Amino acid sequence: MPDQTFLDSTELVLNMGPQHPSTHGVLRVILKLDGEKVLGTECIIGYLHRGVEKIAENRTYAQFNPYVDRMDYVAAISNGLGYCLAVEKMLNVEAPPRAQAIRVILTELNRIASHLLWLGTHALDIGAITPVFYCLREREEALKIFEKYCGARLTTHAFRIGGLLYETYDGFEREINEFCDMFVPKVDEYEELLTNNRIWVGRLRDVGILSADECKEFGVTGPVLRAAGVKWDLRKAQPYSGYEKYEFDIPTRRNGDTYDRYVVRMEEMRQSVRIMRQAVAAIPEGPIMGKVGKVIKPPVGEAYVSIEAPKGELGYYVVSDGSTQPYRVRVRPPSFVNLQALDRMIRGGLVADVVAVIGTLDIVLGEVDR
Amino acid sequence: MADEQTPGGSQAPPPEPVKPAAPPAKPAAAAGHAAPPKPPATMAATGWDSDLARGLKERFGDRIGETLSYLGQNFIVAKAEAAISVVEYLKLEADFDYLVDITAVDWPKRAERFDLVYILYSFARNERVRVKAYIAEGYKPETAVDVHLTANWLEREVFDMFGIEFAGHPNMTRILLPEEWQGYPLRKDYGILQQDERWVQENLSIESGQ
Repeated sequence: MPDQTFLDSTELVLNMGPQHPSTHGVLRVILKLDGEKVLGTECIIGYLHRGVEKIAENRTYAQFNPYVDRMDYVAAISNGLGYCLAVEKMLNVEAPPRAQAIRVILTELNRIASHLLWLGTHALDIGAITPVFYCLREREEALKIFEKYCGARLTTHAFRIGGLLYETYDGFEREINEFCDMFVPKVDEYEELLTNNRIWVGRLRDVGILSADECKEFGVTGPVLRAAGVKWDLRKAQPYSGYEKYEFDIPTRRNGDTYDRYVVRMEEMRQSVRIMRQAVAAIPEGPIMGKVGKVIKPPVGEAYVSIEAPKGELGYYVVSDGSTQPYRVRVRPPSFVNLQALDRMIRGGLVADVVAVIGTLDIVLGEVDR
Repeated sequence: MADEQTPGGSQAPPPEPVKPAAPPAKPAAAAGHAAPPKPPATMAATGWDSDLARGLKERFGDRIGETLSYLGQNFIVAKAEAAISVVEYLKLEADFDYLVDITAVDWPKRAERFDLVYILYSFARNERVRVKAYIAEGYKPETAVDVHLTANWLEREVFDMFGIEFAGHPNMTRILLPEEWQGYPLRKDYGILQQDERWVQENLSIESGQ
């Protein structure tokens, strides 16, 4: 008999996913463990790869528009906004002011809907069952507005290149205002449940720390970057769609741990309400569609346009060869890039923290795999 | 299917000394139905002159080509072997500390088949710049992982989709497609319905992936 039994061997390889409720989709993480301690991780992705960038090359500019909704499907409107802005940049047109204001309102509403889904599932992963019901209840109200506006709840295809297809419906402004009035106290309600909750704080504080320098090294953006203390938001840094007209703050924290990212996202929802209130109070009159021909044919060239999606910087690098189909569309997905930092965040932590860290990254696998 | 057309930027037109911010070409779509003007065959980029561009020229000499600007977005064309040095220089000397993206574009009819594109951003300057290199098929560009950690997955995706191998990369494997998959989908000669039939049959036990 050898002196050591297998119980003494220190390393254990554990496979988590792709069919695991806490990996938020079809993410597979291979964990190397020493007891409860995580020695390293490897992410296996691609289960949801549909070749979106290839599809783009075989569709016209307008035909590709609905496809972008299928990447980050919980924030489809942000995806659509980024794509429309990129093609508009290449055509050198701008959406009219009225369309821009409506775009901002819907995008911010979508940011709230996206953050709500994150909060509900994140809390569920940690073991708090209740918040997910509350979150989905409020998210439903947002989805109802999308449905009333464009007929779809999730993959909305709300925007068109050059502006909007649909005018607002009767009572749009009133319903947005009602949503804002209803929603702000709800955020306080979630905070009451979680912010000072001993278990919540204990599970999140000092877990999955990512410093500002590490964020920059890994190209991590969005709430994760802001929780590490970098006051950077593309809506402020390089405003698009008229964001420079609205007053709002960029919430930041200093520690860059999971708890800080929670606080940052909660505050972001309040700021989104602030933007929506200002935008809805001053929707300009006028056309909703810019001067875009029936056939969209940008001149030969290329452009990179990015927006602040709920998850971080979402960029589109579009190359045109002068035909009606894009020569190349590259999507710079925030989830894909942020997910790369998972290993750094979790190394040395406990196996139970893996779930917390995946939750806090707020990834959507449709966007990671495209 | 997109074909013909000489690739944009490869033989960029001589820099026109007009207002660099002005849009060089009118959108073809806005021209209406009557006799649409023929779009220019190359990207109507103008020269980009700034301290940064001059600094780069001074530092790298003929290892970088033109510094150009199109639609107010600046980019540098670098020799393939100098691309990483340029990215590193920009990080260390010019605060471009955030590598936003690495991607490629396939131009099958060109001798140097691929555009390799690095998109960089500087938090301090709030400015973006692209570094472009034209590389031939089979050429193995140096990895950027030593400069920006984020390059790891981005380069793996470029390898996965275009078959561009990066020399010195710690883990040069496919990232989105299965490891045994044959072919590189984002190359122009890879059809939209094409797939690795054998892989699909062996692993999914179906005739078609549709």
